[in-house]
Amino acid sequence: MTSVDLSTTIGNAWFPNPIFTASGCASSGRELAQFFDLHDLGGVVTKSVMSKARTGRPTPRMAETPSGMLNSIGLQGPGIDAFIAKDIPYLIEQKARIIVSIAGETVEEYSTLARKLRSVSGISAIEVNISCPNVENRGMVFACDPDASRRVIDGVRRTIGGELPIIAKLSPDVTDLVAIARGVVDAGADALALINTVLGMVINLDTMRPHLGGKTGGLSGPAIRPIAVRAIYQVHEAMPKVPILGMGGVSNGRDALEMIAAGASGVSIGTASFGNPMALISIAQELKDLLSAKGFASLRDAIGFAHRVETGQ
Amino acid sequence: MALINKNAAQINATIVGNKRVGQYHQLIINIGNLAQACKPGNFVAISVGGETSGMVLRRAFAISRVSTNTTLGGTMELIVAPHGQGSRWLCAQPEGAVLNLVVPLGTAFGIPTEPVQVLLVGGGYGSAPLFGLAETLNARGCRVDMLLGASTAGKIYAPMEGKRAVNSLRIYTEDGSMGQMGRVTDPIASLIKDMDIAVIYSCGPMAMLSAINAITSQSDVIHQCAVEESMACGIGICMTCVLPVADETGAVSMLRSCIDGPVMDGAFVQWDKVGQIL
Repeated sequence: MTSVDLSTTIGNAWFPNPIFTASGCASSGRELAQFFDLHDLGGVVTKSVMSKARTGRPTPRMAETPSGMLNSIGLQGPGIDAFIAKDIPYLIEQKARIIVSIAGETVEEYSTLARKLRSVSGISAIEVNISCPNVENRGMVFACDPDASRRVIDGVRRTIGGELPIIAKLSPDVTDLVAIARGVVDAGADALALINTVLGMVINLDTMRPHLGGKTGGLSGPAIRPIAVRAIYQVHEAMPKVPILGMGGVSNGRDALEMIAAGASGVSIGTASFGNPMALISIAQELKDLLSAKGFASLRDAIGFAHRVETGQ
Repeated sequence: MALINKNAAQINATIVGNKRVGQYHQLIINIGNLAQACKPGNFVAISVGGETSGMVLRRAFAISRVSTNTTLGGTMELIVAPHGQGSRWLCAQPEGAVLNLVVPLGTAFGIPTEPVQVLLVGGGYGSAPLFGLAETLNARGCRVDMLLGASTAGKIYAPMEGKRAVNSLRIYTEDGSMGQMGRVTDPIASLIKDMDIAVIYSCGPMAMLSAINAITSQSDVIHQCAVEESMACGIGICMTCVLPVADETGAVSMLRSCIDGPVMDGAFVQWDKVGQIL
């Protein structure tokens, strides 16, 4: 049962196992470290950081929904300088592998963030979050526009050079996801993160108004898992060589294997950690047991397995 | 930056008591040695609905009291109002049922180093953690007086044994069905004037906490309040339960009520900005 090789690669970055935190679902890492060793994860994807400190959206910021939840945080964070000064050193001290997630309001802001990160050592990859739904201006959701998506990734690629892998995080709330995925890969993304939350709303029947302070929120949890699996499957089918960091409602090893079979090289865990602080660790163990039970010698053999062509029949 | 309660652990724990108390349920849960780490003000996050449930988030409850020397080892008491889907499921669990908990979480009420006079103010079942606090303050030699309020008698939580730890207890209901008719905040200003109160401890709805703070801000009484904001994780990773709080320099930031709270110094909370964009 222990012989399965769980290691994976995203671009030129190597990880000992495919289980990651999802951006925005692990805060600075210090909180989950109360429950397990961050070094035991494939890696920590940090909360999307912007150039300046940001207070985010008003409360209420969450609503539980059937098998899921809406969140409306709005990229609250310390800003890139404080993040580099305080959060990165902590994660390095914990020997965590780090994927830094960045978010900007303009194409230039993404490039500025990339420039600041270029000289920081100890980072495995950069996630470019062009799909956060919780912003005042829907125009900021670059991932809904193929051209804007491309320009952001192109700017980051030019700034960062060829070393660090770039993972573009895309939204499922688009008509043609494959076209947007192709565009960002052409612009220099090494990998894709699929999917960000799905835009949703709950009306509070006591006030007869939208429940969330920000009115709309991002839907996450098992409710969106089939959307994520579909998105991963479609994109992997179109571009089988591009690594995908899959996410969206994964809560156990079975769900993780489903994403891997659809084409994910790694799996991020978000909402499941809210309900179970040990979710990341138990999912990694369950995935390992499941791969072994199904006769896979390595994780790599299972990536995209749902796309296989049967021969000899 | 505040850190998660260093004693927090995820455990499976057995319900050893579940009985109805008025409109609420009193749950007693065996948490073993962790009971020693629970302080008045701390809370617990509980998984609800069972393995196949569509309720993906934990429910947070204030720990009303702990016992560390029972025949079972350590237990904690929760007072739960069966209002929502999750709390109704919890109240329906029989003795012997096993719950998954993360405990203890959050900050605790600060206990004075001197035996000063204190006033405890509770709204609805927000009074529950105040009785455990009263025992601790009593042991410190403090004179403890308590005010409880609710809309109506059925929503007052005031157990007989809890009253032993307080010097006096006054009850206020808005409909006059128990105690005096009126709001629990009505007598506070005159009590501050007449008595030598050093600290007010409060737990209840945000509007009540805000009203108390409007009174204490006119005096030098310290106001320690247990805030509430809707919370998804309880362990500081989701950033949903934030509220605006100033620091010593006056700079306001959105702090998590699960990590920097629930107990906060009311003087620093920006009550007029709660629920708004800064």
